[in-house]
Amino acid sequence: MLHIRCPYCEEYREEEEFSPAGQAHIERPLDPESLSDKDWANYLFFRKNPRGLHHEMWLHAHGCRKYFNMTRNTVTYKILETYKIGQQPYVLDENSLDENSADKNSPDEKSIDEKNSSEVSK
Amino acid sequence: MSNSVRVESPLYHADLPGLAKLSGNPSENCGVTLREAKLLGHLNLRGNANDDAFLNGVKQALGLNLPTAPCSSAQNDKALVMWLSPDEWLIIVEGGLEAEIEAELRQTLSGHFAVSDISGAQTMLELSGEDCLNLLKKSIGYDLHLDSFPVGKVIGTAFAQSGAHIRRTGEKSFQLIVRRSFSDYIWLWLQHSSKEYGLAIVD
Amino acid sequence: MKQINRIGSVGNTDASRIDRNKAFTFTFNDKSYQGFEGDTLASALLANGVDVVGRSFKYSRPRGIITADAQEPNAIFQIGSTQATTIPNPRATQTELYNGLTATSTNGWPNVDFDLMGTLGKLGGGMMPPGFYYKTFMFPQSLWMTYEKLIRKGAGLGCSPQQPDPDSYDKMHHHCDVMIVGAGPAGLSAALAAARTGARVIIADEQNEFGGSLLCSKQLIDGDSPQKWLFETITELADNDQVTLLPRSTVFGYYDHNYLGINERRTDHLGENLAEISSRQRVHKVRAKQVILATGAHERPLVYGNNDVPGCMLASSVSTYINRYAVVPGNTLALMTSNDYAYQTALDWHDAGRKVCVIADTRPHSNGERIRLAAERGIKILFGHAVIDVKGSKRVSSVNIAPLNEAGNTLTGDTSRYTCDTVASSGGWSPVIHLSSHTGSRPVWQEDIQGFVPGETTQEQNICGGLQGVYSLAKVLSDGFNTGAQAAQKAGKGQGQYDGAIPKTNDLNESPAMAIYHIPHHQPTSRAPKQFVDYQNDVTAAGIELANREGFESIEHVKRYTALGFGTDQGKLGNINGMAITANFLNKTIPETGTTIFRPMYTPTTFGALAGSDVKHLFDPARFSAMHKWHLDNGAEFEDVGQWKRPWYFPQSGESMEQTLQRECLATRNSVGILDASTLGKIDIQGKDAREFLNRVYTNPWSKLAPGKCRYGVMCKEDGMVFDDGVTACINDNRFIMTTTTGGAAGVLQWLELWHQTEWPELEVYFSTVTDHWSTMTISGPNSRKVLQKLTDTDVNNDNFRYMDWIEAEVAGVKARIFRISFTGELSFEINVQANYGMHTWEVVMAAGEEFNITPYGTETMHILRAEKGFIIVGQDTDGSVTPQDLDMNWVVGKKKEFSYLGKRSWTRFDNQRNDRKQMVGLKPKDPTFVLPEGAQIVFDKDQPIPMTMVGHVTSSYFSACLGYSFALAVVKGGLDRKGQSVYLPLADGTTIEAEICSSVFYDPKGDRQNV
Repeated sequence: MLHIRCPYCEEYREEEEFSPAGQAHIERPLDPESLSDKDWANYLFFRKNPRGLHHEMWLHAHGCRKYFNMTRNTVTYKILETYKIGQQPYVLDENSLDENSADKNSPDEKSIDEKNSSEVSK
Repeated sequence: MSNSVRVESPLYHADLPGLAKLSGNPSENCGVTLREAKLLGHLNLRGNANDDAFLNGVKQALGLNLPTAPCSSAQNDKALVMWLSPDEWLIIVEGGLEAEIEAELRQTLSGHFAVSDISGAQTMLELSGEDCLNLLKKSIGYDLHLDSFPVGKVIGTAFAQSGAHIRRTGEKSFQLIVRRSFSDYIWLWLQHSSKEYGLAIVD
Repeated sequence: MKQINRIGSVGNTDASRIDRNKAFTFTFNDKSYQGFEGDTLASALLANGVDVVGRSFKYSRPRGIITADAQEPNAIFQIGSTQATTIPNPRATQTELYNGLTATSTNGWPNVDFDLMGTLGKLGGGMMPPGFYYKTFMFPQSLWMTYEKLIRKGAGLGCSPQQPDPDSYDKMHHHCDVMIVGAGPAGLSAALAAARTGARVIIADEQNEFGGSLLCSKQLIDGDSPQKWLFETITELADNDQVTLLPRSTVFGYYDHNYLGINERRTDHLGENLAEISSRQRVHKVRAKQVILATGAHERPLVYGNNDVPGCMLASSVSTYINRYAVVPGNTLALMTSNDYAYQTALDWHDAGRKVCVIADTRPHSNGERIRLAAERGIKILFGHAVIDVKGSKRVSSVNIAPLNEAGNTLTGDTSRYTCDTVASSGGWSPVIHLSSHTGSRPVWQEDIQGFVPGETTQEQNICGGLQGVYSLAKVLSDGFNTGAQAAQKAGKGQGQYDGAIPKTNDLNESPAMAIYHIPHHQPTSRAPKQFVDYQNDVTAAGIELANREGFESIEHVKRYTALGFGTDQGKLGNINGMAITANFLNKTIPETGTTIFRPMYTPTTFGALAGSDVKHLFDPARFSAMHKWHLDNGAEFEDVGQWKRPWYFPQSGESMEQTLQRECLATRNSVGILDASTLGKIDIQGKDAREFLNRVYTNPWSKLAPGKCRYGVMCKEDGMVFDDGVTACINDNRFIMTTTTGGAAGVLQWLELWHQTEWPELEVYFSTVTDHWSTMTISGPNSRKVLQKLTDTDVNNDNFRYMDWIEAEVAGVKARIFRISFTGELSFEINVQANYGMHTWEVVMAAGEEFNITPYGTETMHILRAEKGFIIVGQDTDGSVTPQDLDMNWVVGKKKEFSYLGKRSWTRFDNQRNDRKQMVGLKPKDPTFVLPEGAQIVFDKDQPIPMTMVGHVTSSYFSACLGYSFALAVVKGGLDRKGQSVYLPLADGTTIEAEICSSVFYDPKGDRQNV
């Protein structure tokens, strides 16, 4: 049972309040009609299944009904961070995972916002 | 609407007023007290909490500051407002006033916002008593310690196999907002889970 | 029968934990016995001199009680007096005695003492080498079931109850700063230290009393009895309202992010049928900031010949029975040990007034204080000796002892025999690492204690005491206090240093223990008397070596081949010994051989506890509309649609379902019917970009839908497949009300939110569910307008209120939204009122319709009427692999929409362009009375050989009272171009039905009736 910090409710909640919603940061192509069948199929069907660090999307179904992102280690189930839609992850690879795993369980909002102040897309 | 119209709250058929009479003096031997705060006006409000015009419009209509901190609530004589999400609030007013308040909000607000009357969609249950914390521990996974769940806080959470919004009104008293279609389930659940403590109904 | 092994109180005070003033009567295998409050079933049986408690699984050998704890492999019983209350396989060592307890052996049909399987069992042993599941019984396969029945019946692993459980169970959630597992000296001192910082503490222990090893210890703490320290400690903890004490509570699982599952047995120790008093068991789910595991260690037996004969026990358990329960489980004891500590058993036995005939110490020598104490008592000690086998069948009668070399792997001299009835053995201690393994932490072998300890973990886990191989009481106590304070600090409480006094105690000096597991014999292992490693599965040292010889070298393979550790005890007693034997055989070290990762549950947990209160009427939430009571009162049969209970049909007295449906259908087509449609999902969509949003999620265009108008829409996922449909009405340019299918409501709202929140947050639109706010009743049929007009002052004539319009009007005195839409093909009005007025409005409509014989109908008639019109039901006629084009619904696909809406791009994918896709068609069976089964497969050529090429299936099928014949909807490969052709449906009963492909619209194809 995961203990998940909702970045909108700004606190930890039990896993039963949430539903997983697949891989994070998949952007819908702006012009689907221009894509080949193969590229469209890649967008539609192909997802990562990493051993280790993964960026996922979750829904706080029983709480605020907001989708958000999570960086999670699929081996240890450790959650490195959760962050809002539109923000970018702080933890990007296994190395930053080690650096941050000790005390960066949920980076405060500021650090993410600063890091990604220029980010507008998800 | 005509006077001959019969109105039924979600738990109408449980006959809580009848059970309340049977309960007698509720404080005796009952660890949990339950009341349906029925037929109130419920409005769902959506808008941008960072938009001063929106906040001012709500203040003008309701006479209170919209609670924008996560999981907070605000209350005055006119309305009780609960934070549901960063852009969503539940406004509870006296039953029958919902249309008037909705109209007021539509007048004072402009730009991007939404108001939905959901008075028929849900009901409020009030739980109190020595053992209401135990009853809630059986029902939800949230930490009920006053440090994490102080008076005035509102959470949306899984409640047994359904869901609820829960607001703490005192050390040992809570308001539950439950959906109409799930209210029978919740009523059965509350009866079952409070059996060992004794359940008193008040009207 | 007398309690022949019960000893009197020692000295002035009774140090045991039994209450001799509270005598209980209990029944074991139909014989009646006496015991006391505070006994376990095991201690009471031993007190009464019961030696044989079961028969072994494979060899049917008599078995007795070995342990006093969760490790017990043999004394697993069927407990409970009725078919409703019986429970299979609780361990008697962990079952508290109560008056009237009824238990029988689970192993040992038909009788533990004189069983018919005795000889069969011996034969069976020959038939059943390790791996017998894979070898002997594989062929002939057809007989496997028979073999299994025989083995299961002969050995037995208990019976499940045949009647419903009368008990109730529940669950409770907790949060705390520090969760402590185990209330022995380590756990209790940790709890004291943590609680003294003001931290919220929960401490759980599987036993009825807190204290762990102190409950059977005589070692003084602060110069006083350990019981005094226990009492003071527990009192202090109980008086602290931040501390929750959970005795009789087994922490059965340690899950991710410091989440623990605990099963508290609340009435099991009191008797049966106590549902009125309390839930029988309660699962506590604890989310802890810090976890302290203080689960201690289990003693390991040594492996020697015939070590399963009743009377062979673990040394520490013998001490436990003597000190805690005042039971000496025999008259003459032989002790074999590899360490000093087990000498305590000989001391306790001797001090209880019975005879210790010999101590065989496998070590060449020892200078420990307990050795001196034993010598002072005149007990014979043989260093460098071991018990190589025992004699006896239903009880030990003697032991054979032989000298041993220093390495412990060869006998160096002749055997001498000692007469005794009890053999206690100790091969050292194994930390109870199970819980730390649950979260994926791999145990680490620690050479100095010859045991595995918890390895690295990702949890906020702290360990103390015996679990990390710290066994001296003084060290355990200080370790506990320090760990408790440190854990509290990590949870944000206190300074991390425990600066209070740590109780003083004197541990006796000990010499080092010897690493020995398997006692050699004069015979090779394969021919020596059976040396059991896993008692419950009859796994022997010889069996493990056979597995090794056959090439199973990984311990995981050895386990699967021999069934080592597969019993209800999950290898607690035997796993380390089994690994040591494998390591020795392969000339490896134990850590090289591998380790075993334990998984939840720590001990078996009842299904009742796991189900909790989610049973019977609370199994799954049932959702009801505001008119449900009316449906009940009017005899409706109900259908589950998702969690909703929807009226299925309304039979009148004496009517069959078929007759009911015909009556309901005809009444609706000829006069007027009424349906409770409240369960349809309803979403209030507001904002200036609402229309644009609809354009993106629906396949059809919404740009021109005017206020006051409704439109049917279809939604596809990005793969182009239909996933929901419904009617959406334009309230004003900034507001729409969307309806969804009943089952799809929650999913559609999430779908809309997903796209808005993650892809198109710039669109100004909000979604709110209003499903429960509205009660919806659909009146349908040629007389529906007349009924409606009676109830409203608003003119609802065709000129003012057109098909696919909606209006706001007062109906039955209630403000209503009326949608003129039709799912039946008839003139229809969908009346929506605020749900608190739903029942009132329904009743008024029924009264108004009485003159037209208004007929309530349920989902089944609704299904028939819509199918006659060829209207699909998403999820019945579609299955997530069907495009709008497959449904012949090209009319619902926007061709000119600017935005490439959801699903559109996928329709041009190669696979979706195939000509032979399954397409929606109508089917008319040649026999007009035959109703095709839904799901029946369709073939083009009925004469082809099996396996036939299946080209589609029936999705909906009914008899139509209006049409006078049966009909179906189906998907058929290339079906739209095959109208008029015959297809065949080979049915399960061997018959083949012929049907003709036709249009899916059977009734009123021009749609005149809904437009009147």
